[in-house]
Amino acid sequence: MTFFFYLAAAVAVLATLLVIFGRNPVHALLNLVVSLLAVAGMFFMLGAPFAGALEIIVYAGAIMVLFVFVVMMLNLGAETTDQERRWLTPKTWFAPAVLAGLLLVGLLHVLLGGATHAAALATVDARQVGAHLFGPYLLAVELASMLLLAALVAAYHLGRHD
Amino acid sequence: MNLLFLVFTFPLLGFLTLALGRTRISENAAAVIGVGTVGASALLTAIIGWQFYQLPTGASYTQLMWTWMDVDGFAPRFALRLDQLSMLMMFVITGVGFFIHLFASWYMRGDEAYPRFFAYMNLFVAAMLFLVLGDNLLFLYFGWEGVGLASYLLIGFWYKDAANGAAARKAFVVTRIGDTFMAIGLFIIFHGLGTLDIQQVMTLAPQQWAEGGTMATAAALLLLGGAVGKSAQLPLQTWLPDAMAGPTPVSALIHAATMVTAGVYLIARTHVLFELAPFALNLVGWIGGITLLLAGFTALTQSDIKKILAYSTMSQIGYMFLALGAGAYQPAVFHLMTHAFFKALLFLSAGSVILACHHEQDIFRMGGLRKQIPFTFWVFLIGSLGLVAFPLTSGFFSKDQILFQAWAYGHRELYWMGLAGAFMTALYTFRLIFIAFFGDSHAHEVHKPHGADHSLPLAVLAVAALFGGWIHIPLDAVLPQAAISEQAEHAEHGLALTSVAVSFAGIFCAWFFFLKNRAAAAAIRDSALGTLLFRWWRAAFGFDWLYDKLFVQTYLLLVRVNRRDVADQAIGLIPRLTMLLNTQFTHTQTGQLRWYAGAMAAGAVVVIAAVILL
Amino acid sequence: METTSLVGIPMEHGLAVAGILFALGLAGVMMRRDILFLLMSLEVMMNATALAFVVAGSRWQQPDGQIMFILVLSLAASEASVGLAILIQLHRRFRTLDVDSASEMRG
Repeated sequence: MTFFFYLAAAVAVLATLLVIFGRNPVHALLNLVVSLLAVAGMFFMLGAPFAGALEIIVYAGAIMVLFVFVVMMLNLGAETTDQERRWLTPKTWFAPAVLAGLLLVGLLHVLLGGATHAAALATVDARQVGAHLFGPYLLAVELASMLLLAALVAAYHLGRHD
Repeated sequence: MNLLFLVFTFPLLGFLTLALGRTRISENAAAVIGVGTVGASALLTAIIGWQFYQLPTGASYTQLMWTWMDVDGFAPRFALRLDQLSMLMMFVITGVGFFIHLFASWYMRGDEAYPRFFAYMNLFVAAMLFLVLGDNLLFLYFGWEGVGLASYLLIGFWYKDAANGAAARKAFVVTRIGDTFMAIGLFIIFHGLGTLDIQQVMTLAPQQWAEGGTMATAAALLLLGGAVGKSAQLPLQTWLPDAMAGPTPVSALIHAATMVTAGVYLIARTHVLFELAPFALNLVGWIGGITLLLAGFTALTQSDIKKILAYSTMSQIGYMFLALGAGAYQPAVFHLMTHAFFKALLFLSAGSVILACHHEQDIFRMGGLRKQIPFTFWVFLIGSLGLVAFPLTSGFFSKDQILFQAWAYGHRELYWMGLAGAFMTALYTFRLIFIAFFGDSHAHEVHKPHGADHSLPLAVLAVAALFGGWIHIPLDAVLPQAAISEQAEHAEHGLALTSVAVSFAGIFCAWFFFLKNRAAAAAIRDSALGTLLFRWWRAAFGFDWLYDKLFVQTYLLLVRVNRRDVADQAIGLIPRLTMLLNTQFTHTQTGQLRWYAGAMAAGAVVVIAAVILL
Repeated sequence: METTSLVGIPMEHGLAVAGILFALGLAGVMMRRDILFLLMSLEVMMNATALAFVVAGSRWQQPDGQIMFILVLSLAASEASVGLAILIQLHRRFRTLDVDSASEMRG
């Protein structure tokens, strides 16, 4: 069973690589969706079905669709692809890659240096999450809704025509 | 007597009124205020003097006005001390000062800055009174600086001519050098004795400092430095002839009667300190003697009437220093008083002569004035008689006492210098009289001066110059007079006769060379040695040239070398460095989003690395 | 349907995956000049953070991790919408999606 976790992890990493090195915006978006789906799969392996479901529905289903809408609206076509090809030279991605690589090395050093602890030993289902959401984390829910309201207003205002 | 503080407050108020109301005050009003305040001070001094001499001998009166500050044990008091010495000085300053102010109200008529003149004169009188009444050395120094300031303002009174400004600056800078020495001397005294109160210093110094020790000698030498500057003695004497650029009443008041005597007053006041440092006291005498002769030789070659009188002042103050150095404190101060009388008289009558000849100051362009302005001639003659110590004039008594006590206390070299000086004095003084007042007239029409405010001061000062010697001012309580041996007592008459003879010899030589046979004088002057000596002495022994080469040129050289100003460059490194960093840091503000993101990532890497590695 | 894994998945491995995804997203943010790709890389980063939270919650068998995930999700949604609105404005004004075109600094 753990094999599927690592498989999903590999798919996620590969798809992300394709996203960040992609040239066609639509292709990149679709790769991103694949990455998100793989992460959702990982959630299911970890015994977090609610999180996995939410990932698929909200993240891949709503946010990515939003991206697709924008891409379609701007009508980005072939010249965007050419442009991206021109912009994505080795000179451009070498330094960021090194920097991110250093960061990664640091993180991995910390994480994989010591003993491991087991996760995914039990499932935490929707019922438990729901009970906690409307219990101790009630305030956080309210704040999150306010955040969404603010984002709604901001997006409406920023997206206006004049 | 507790109105003592009013003595200097009157002139101070006069100064403030005239300074603040300059153009709004008419000439007459300015004269009334300017002369009136000093007159009120003189009157008050007379009253206080009458009260003071009722007190038993040796009593003194101190009036504490307030304590200036109280910091860590240093608590200088603004207090006025009245004892025999300061009483005498007060008489001289307010009395002679009043008559000079009166004459000045006549002399300066028509000058556009009449109120300003009296403002400065009143400021001077107030500062000089601070100086002599100050109970501690700090207030003496305050008055010292005040008279220096007033002297600068008055010498450069006609400031529109740049030469006057230069003369005023020279006077100020040279006396400043002396003042700096004096300030360091005050620091040493305070450091060593913990107080600047004069009476305390006089009692503590013999207890705490060894006789002839470094502290006492250093303090005394530094105070001498200050005295030498203010009194125009060697080596800081170069400013006095230049100071004649100021109006003549200024020369009379400041550079004859009062400010230049401040040095003598200082040494007399702190004589205890000088007695602890025999080297310094001896030096005082020698400085006085050498300056005496130097000034005498120079006066012989001058042709400007005021410059002759200036060098004469330098010479007479040399006499006072000589007396102090010989331990003859009382004659020194007595001579200070008589000198104030006849020198002020001489300067004021010279002012009268100058105005009569329409601002002509060269004596070779005068001549025969005896018949044209007889009153001025007579008062000038009386002043000269006092100067050469003609028998029974005031100057005779004072100079005679100096020479006698110098001889009696064993300072033979000082005596001989004094005697030679008496000859020189007679020679140059009567040279001046014979050339200016006798002989053929080279002047254009001479304008006789009128006015009571012209003649009254001259008359009063003439009386003082003639009969002032009979006044006995007691000084025993303040200035010691060592005992004189029997054998010296016998020599007194002989010495007096000798000095009289020497003066007469001088007068005779002056008559011979400058009235009877001017050709002989010219022949001597035009001889080879004569020309050399004449040019050397006329340039005041080349001190101006020497100081110029030694100090001024050196300084200018350093200024040229430091044209780019090392200190400024060094400090300029800081802004330059900052600008450099600024230019470098500006490069980080690229405006590109990815750059900023990268910067944040780099920061995160560094922090994590630090956490891992450290 | 319940899936229980008796062996368990090491938490550190899960976090490592999250770290890798985060680094990839960071690289993408620093590399791409097109705003759209920038926003996509940003989404990747946030997703990685969410993954980390869920892994942690799973290790302690508490719902707190998933709740945090929900909050991160709402944050990502708001951020995506505002970011896309800005993108639309940029496109309207500068006729391009180049993020450097809006820079007026002369550093």
